[in-house]
Amino acid sequence: MDKIVFRKPPLLTDAPMHYCPGCTHGIVHRLIAEALDELGEFENVIGVAPVGCAVFAYNYFKCDMFQAAHGRAPAVATGIKRARPDSTVFVYQGDGDLASIGMAEIVHAAARGENMTVVFINNGIYGMTGGQMAPTTLEGQKTTTSQSGRSAKEHGNPIKVCEMLSALTGPAYIARVSVHDVKAVKTARAALVRGFAMQKAERGFSLIEILSTCPTNFGMTPQQALCWVRDHGTAAYPLGVYKDIGLPGEGRE
Amino acid sequence: MKRLFKGNEAVAEAAIAAGCRCFFGYPITPQNEIPEYMSWRMSEVGGHFVQAESEVSAINMVYGAAGAGARAMTSSSSPGISLKQEGISYIAGAEVPCVIVNMMRAGPGLGGIQPAQSDYFQATKGGGHGDYRMLVYAPSSVQEAADLTYKAFFRADYYRNPVMILGDGMLGQMVEPAEIPPAADVSALPQKKWAACGNNGGVQRVINSIFMAPDTLEEHNAALTRKYEEMARSDVMSESYMTDDAEVVLVAYGIVARICKAAVDILRAEGVKAGLFRPITLFPFPYREIATLADGAAERFISVELSCGQMIEDVKLALYESGKRPQCGIYARTGGNVMRPEDVAEHVRSGRINKSWIK
Repeated sequence: MDKIVFRKPPLLTDAPMHYCPGCTHGIVHRLIAEALDELGEFENVIGVAPVGCAVFAYNYFKCDMFQAAHGRAPAVATGIKRARPDSTVFVYQGDGDLASIGMAEIVHAAARGENMTVVFINNGIYGMTGGQMAPTTLEGQKTTTSQSGRSAKEHGNPIKVCEMLSALTGPAYIARVSVHDVKAVKTARAALVRGFAMQKAERGFSLIEILSTCPTNFGMTPQQALCWVRDHGTAAYPLGVYKDIGLPGEGRE
Repeated sequence: MKRLFKGNEAVAEAAIAAGCRCFFGYPITPQNEIPEYMSWRMSEVGGHFVQAESEVSAINMVYGAAGAGARAMTSSSSPGISLKQEGISYIAGAEVPCVIVNMMRAGPGLGGIQPAQSDYFQATKGGGHGDYRMLVYAPSSVQEAADLTYKAFFRADYYRNPVMILGDGMLGQMVEPAEIPPAADVSALPQKKWAACGNNGGVQRVINSIFMAPDTLEEHNAALTRKYEEMARSDVMSESYMTDDAEVVLVAYGIVARICKAAVDILRAEGVKAGLFRPITLFPFPYREIATLADGAAERFISVELSCGQMIEDVKLALYESGKRPQCGIYARTGGNVMRPEDVAEHVRSGRINKSWIK
């Protein structure tokens, strides 16, 4: 007798994704859909897509979606959540979107403790525009706007978002995960589930930073890019839970 | 029943009456009474008030709340409205209804905090990037500010388009008797089936302004243009005062129209055939109504503005539609200065076409 052991989460559409070969956006999209499915959140989900490679994320999620201006997704989500407090709202942002042009929006949404879940893709580069330096580009990393490698003196230092936001009172859950191998993907999935659980329990703001690849603009094969994140990404951006105020019933309220 | 309202507070209470339950603001003079009023009033009516981290964020919160189906509003003054332009462009592109209040102050740059009308171009010609227009209402009294704010929410929903209330520092700060329209039954309004409010029953709704294919975007632009053309056919509002036999017509909006009305009274008492034409909608602009006056007795039109010659461009466009070629000039003060009725009357008596703040 046949038994289904692997299926597409109901929140994902059948649309073929436009992402480059080896890009990890597809993995993260699936993990978001799985996490919401696990929590039984499907009927009343609203997502906010950023400007960047994930601008067309609304083609891949079946829920209602907004496309936000560059960096403004947390403000848009604030408006959505105030208008529809019962809905589950997720925000999807890259590092240029969140940590550069949208720094004010993400810091203040976190400080207010807005009851939303932010998925923050950190691949250290501007993907869609062709590989320019991001606020998260590592020291020494070559991009089209730091062609000799990023230098702290010339270009400034990489921004560590989880470390910064976890210093605020507002957030309920802040974690940095990666998707460079199967073990990391499983940890990332669990972090997303916990982030959405925080929202469901009305604990407030949650952010999951996901170290990701951009093989096209790294100038690497997909496998080389994953190894690069494993060896260099996680060294600069340590994985782990930066803040967790606990869920109801865990005795930490 | 009428009671005394500050202009800014009348705007806020009229928005509540129209069913606005989400307000997002940021402090800037001279509109601070609007967010201050909303901060306590929204909690009374079960709505939401957020003091945003910036005007940029406030307009994006409006985009989110209004895109999710709520009646939403933001308010600011000139420099803050400049910051909102990115969001307004997205809102117009995504066809999200909302109301934006601009209590204008003098510019450019940080300018001053006294009344001005120098955001006319920005309000009526688009403001942000891309081809779009907003309905622009220009109230000239506290009562009219309340009435037009109330109406703005209904027209915004009808067109799925932003509507701007274009006031100024004087209108926002002055106190007059006004009656707020009765509270709307928001539950009786048509359902916003396009709104991305969750619980979509399997049919995804997307609030979006990106159309990568040129043909698709061109059709979107055409659909928006048809909407603006319908506004031009259906939404023009204006007031005429003593214009039937007027040889000199003052064209003025907002608070300046009040001043010009007094000037007309002074001139009429002296036997000068003066009149006032007041656009109430600045977009759509009452071109046809001005052309009709030009076809009649009017020989001289004077655009009276608190700006360096902005509305006069639309007055001239209107006169182009007339078979006659009346004279058209400007009387302006800027920088936060406001003309007195006597100044306007003296200018008309002088027979000059142009007089400005430039000595």
